[in-house]
Amino acid sequence: MLKDQDRIFQNLYNDKGSDVTSSQERGDWVNTKEITDKGRDWIINEIKESQLRGRGGAGFPTGLKWSFAPKEVGSRPHYLVINGDESEPGTCKDRDILRFEPHKLIEGCLIASYAVQAHVCYIYIRGEYFVDGQKLQTAIDEAYEKKLLGKNAAGTGWDLDIYIHYGAGAYICGEETALLESIEGKKGQPRLKPPFPALIGLYGCPTIINNVETIAVVPTILRRGGKWFASLGREKNTGTKIFCISGNVNTPCNVEEEMNIPLKELIEVHAGGVIGGWENLQAVIPGGSSMPLIPKEKCETLTMDFDSLMAEKSGLGTAGIVVINKDQDIIKCMARIARFYKHESCGQCTPCREGSGWMWRMLERMAKGDATKDEVDMLGDVTNQIAGHTICAFGEGSSWPVQGLLRHFKKEIENRNNLDPIVQKKNNIPYLVDQHLLDKKNA
Amino acid sequence: MSLRRPAKEQPESFEFNASSLEAANVIVAKYPEGKQQSAVMALLYIAQKQNDNWIPLAAMKYIAKFLDMPYIKVYEVATFYTMYNLAPVGKYFVQVCTTTPCMIRGANQLVEACKEKISENECELSNDKSCSWMEVECLGACVNAPMMQINDDYFEDLDKQKTLDILDKILNGETPKPGSYRGRVNNEPENNRKTLMDLKNA
Repeated sequence: MLKDQDRIFQNLYNDKGSDVTSSQERGDWVNTKEITDKGRDWIINEIKESQLRGRGGAGFPTGLKWSFAPKEVGSRPHYLVINGDESEPGTCKDRDILRFEPHKLIEGCLIASYAVQAHVCYIYIRGEYFVDGQKLQTAIDEAYEKKLLGKNAAGTGWDLDIYIHYGAGAYICGEETALLESIEGKKGQPRLKPPFPALIGLYGCPTIINNVETIAVVPTILRRGGKWFASLGREKNTGTKIFCISGNVNTPCNVEEEMNIPLKELIEVHAGGVIGGWENLQAVIPGGSSMPLIPKEKCETLTMDFDSLMAEKSGLGTAGIVVINKDQDIIKCMARIARFYKHESCGQCTPCREGSGWMWRMLERMAKGDATKDEVDMLGDVTNQIAGHTICAFGEGSSWPVQGLLRHFKKEIENRNNLDPIVQKKNNIPYLVDQHLLDKKNA
Repeated sequence: MSLRRPAKEQPESFEFNASSLEAANVIVAKYPEGKQQSAVMALLYIAQKQNDNWIPLAAMKYIAKFLDMPYIKVYEVATFYTMYNLAPVGKYFVQVCTTTPCMIRGANQLVEACKEKISENECELSNDKSCSWMEVECLGACVNAPMMQINDDYFEDLDKQKTLDILDKILNGETPKPGSYRGRVNNEPENNRKTLMDLKNA
């Protein structure tokens, strides 16, 4: 288990309060000027050396991302945007940072803004987290009062203003370009890439977008050195991460742990074990609902980091672990996730808009045992038609969980659904109809 | 996608009151000059708050004029994002999360409780017109599942009986306390904390 002094978020459970004074006692805002005095290149290099990877799901190296920002500020100002639109089912880590460690985030914003030469930073928070956003706003106001923000922020000579922008219940706005559209006051529909936001982003200006957790760990990395961070976890999967363990466990919780920690340790030690014992485990979704599930056999030895989960054809994503035990109907669980994606598709690309609904309706029928034999393969076909055929990664995110179900629980679906093929029996199954437009409920 | 339609009965006109106007001007100042369109989401929230928790078409027209942008752009935004209510909802607006992490911990019991106490169907006002409920997608409090949101506050670690108690309170005009209803502190593992022990005992 990670040593307590190596945990970055000391106030994860709000033992000490989140105001500026107690944050300073924990080491925030101490010598911020010394860090920025070492210069942009030093900061970016140190982050590169720490091998910090983005904590928002995709795991892109943060230092590399920052180095994409233009070296000189031209006619267009630079922006820093923080992605706090945490909506992935199974994930609730950013909320705790917003309410209990806001000063880590604000200080990180200052350092990151300095590194990418931004004078304005927008923090995008999902609308449902209004109360937590208010807590962050209080912390920002405190920081302005103490001259840690504004002109010559924290004595660094850098001017920075931070504004909060609330979302309004659209999962897709967690996608970086959709988030930019949303800040610009439009529908949150993702943009085509390239051009990448680092060159053409918010208002057409160079913009760096990072997750809340990524930015909040930056000040600690720079204080303790990139080498320290890189010494935790393993090569290319370094540092610590907040894991959210939810579902059928005895004590669901958020916990900060080292990367590459065994999944079994997380569940048994921190989450108090699976309800009904380890033998009662059915499957685990390792990284938020978008990531394919992993069956019990593989959970025994699985370690939690980007690359080892990739090797299992899944992913770390946001590290929102959903434990599903044998009391649950796995097909129903996935059908509910498919319904989530059907509801949250932005409607821009046809394969995703229509396909997410097809997947949901097929899975609902499969959960009831109303599907025909050949539909199981057809469902696989539909997922392949969506993944990779859309502007943003939502297509993959919505089809991967279904593919994971088909990969590991195909037998179970087939056992339940053995009706004869449609062509022979002429069953009236309207899987090709846009039923969601006819259905009043949940349309 | 979710299909959303504005209410059939719409008020004739809408205008910000003094406090809304002040809040709106503060928000517009957050964004660069000429980019006032960015404020549309926040302004819709203000309109929703002023107008008993829902946004009439007149408010969209008013905001369009206020921000000097086409009405259709405001309409697009208001219909795209699900947190803008396009039809009247109760003064107490109960949202129950039923996505998988909550579902497997028994979110259906919360739905049952809402059906018993508020109304048989979603988005229907209760008998005294003060309350309505709906199922929503993940609210981002998965380790505190099952949970629900009433207006701005989260109510976590619920079961059927606790939900019934909370709903009784709001129907009687009381304000129940938000947070965990199993008495746990924030997101720490109940009675099983293995980390940051010094801080806990300090």
